[in-house]
Amino acid sequence: MAEIVSLAEAIAANVHDGDTVAMEGFTHLIPHAAGHEVIRQRRRDLTLVRMTPDVIYDQLIGAGCARKLIFSWAGNPGVGSLHRFRDAVENGWPVPLEIEEHSHAGMANRYLAGASGVPFAILRGYRGTDLPAHTAGVADVVCPFTGETLTAVAAIKPDVTVIHAQQADRLGNVQYWGITGVQKEAVLAASRAVVTVEEVVEELVPRPGGVVLPSWLLSHVAEVPGGAHPSYAQDYSVRDNDFYLAWDAISRDRATFTAWLEEHVQVLVRGK
Amino acid sequence: MTYTSDEMMTVTAARVLRDGMTCFVGIGLPSEAANLARATHAPNLVLIYESGTIGAKPGTLPLSIGDGILAQTADSVVSVPEIFNYWLQPGRIDVGFLGAAQLDRFGNINTTVIGGDYADPKVRLPGAGGAPEIAAACREVIVVLRQSRRTFVDKVDFITSVGFGDGPGSRERLGLTGAGPQRIITDLGVLQPDPATCELTLTGIYPGGLAGEVKERTGWDLRISADLKEIAPPADHELEVLRGLVATAPQGATR
Repeated sequence: MAEIVSLAEAIAANVHDGDTVAMEGFTHLIPHAAGHEVIRQRRRDLTLVRMTPDVIYDQLIGAGCARKLIFSWAGNPGVGSLHRFRDAVENGWPVPLEIEEHSHAGMANRYLAGASGVPFAILRGYRGTDLPAHTAGVADVVCPFTGETLTAVAAIKPDVTVIHAQQADRLGNVQYWGITGVQKEAVLAASRAVVTVEEVVEELVPRPGGVVLPSWLLSHVAEVPGGAHPSYAQDYSVRDNDFYLAWDAISRDRATFTAWLEEHVQVLVRGK
Repeated sequence: MTYTSDEMMTVTAARVLRDGMTCFVGIGLPSEAANLARATHAPNLVLIYESGTIGAKPGTLPLSIGDGILAQTADSVVSVPEIFNYWLQPGRIDVGFLGAAQLDRFGNINTTVIGGDYADPKVRLPGAGGAPEIAAACREVIVVLRQSRRTFVDKVDFITSVGFGDGPGSRERLGLTGAGPQRIITDLGVLQPDPATCELTLTGIYPGGLAGEVKERTGWDLRISADLKEIAPPADHELEVLRGLVATAPQGATR
């Protein structure tokens, strides 16, 4: 059964130095508040896994939490580069960042294999690209039935997956809806799962297209209204596109980024 | 009405999409063109975004592939593994609409690294995203990007998504099921693969454009089709709808 606790307790109990951590949410429902809590708790040497690292991992990378990044598209959607990611890859600031990159289809299938409890998944992908030469966990595999050559990708099994959802009930069952991304697979692939929610409700009412994760699958649930911002939670908030646009200037420069982090993330521990 | 070369490019890209087609849409210029097509001659164009939104009908231009308006107006919203495995991979989708940072004479796309080597690149780009499998599996691919010697190179620094590989027969050998890039639409004209050599060849030019100028802005010795056609300028209606759409995009978005 999931325990309903504070965000700080949920992160402290589940995210440790050196862990492989997946924080998922495909544009929608990105667990930004949980990311900030990882920064405040000064976790180090994390292997961060996420299809689209996005602003959330730009912040964690810039704060020095990550040793390695496993991903498939590292940009600020519709805006441009992730400057902290680029600074880490191109200049090793604040610490060198090892990368392992895939395609979206490859990453989605790696989670799917992890969730299914099998060591790899099969897809038509990567063939003819330069990705396999630089990326672990991609190999040719021959179909035993047709003889056709396909691509195998290794399962991802995070130590912990963190996601954001719209609602939980008091028992810690969770429901999310709208763009549901790869969160179900990422949670099922992981040893532990933390969910932040907009709201704890008396009763979960089934939603069209909604995904319900039963409490017994999850480690901890924390109520964090607005916990996806600047991402969004459908029916609770809208994507703060202005923030994504503003992030370009905030993150471009090390000093501006550090000042932003101090004012908007660290201050919550010191100031309150 | 007067118009810019970017508007000419977007209108040309939109015209290629026929009503009722299914279209896997990348963000930026492709999304702008696909939404223009849906707002003009192709009201039943099915827009599919990699966030799992199938049949999205946004009234305003989204900033990301996962803006709320895409999910709220979609015929169906599916998970990310499902959009790639069930919808894209089997070859159900007519056209993949992509952008690129670098493109070579065989239509191979680079969105990964430029300059230096992979471990120590001069410029680190966002990477693959959905593009490799979109380029492999859609029945055909259309690429939209601005043309310069920097973007149109003899050989890409990194093959992120395969066009025609190293020439005729490559796609078949690799088991890529779709027909590959059938049109590259730029701010100077339209390039199409030569049926025999697969090399991208200039087949369309805009009013007032010169083939020699296009050659100068290409990083390989660009061949000009014997049947080079002039593309009709944007109609007033196309420009009005496009400008209306662009006005709805968030201020400062990369285009």
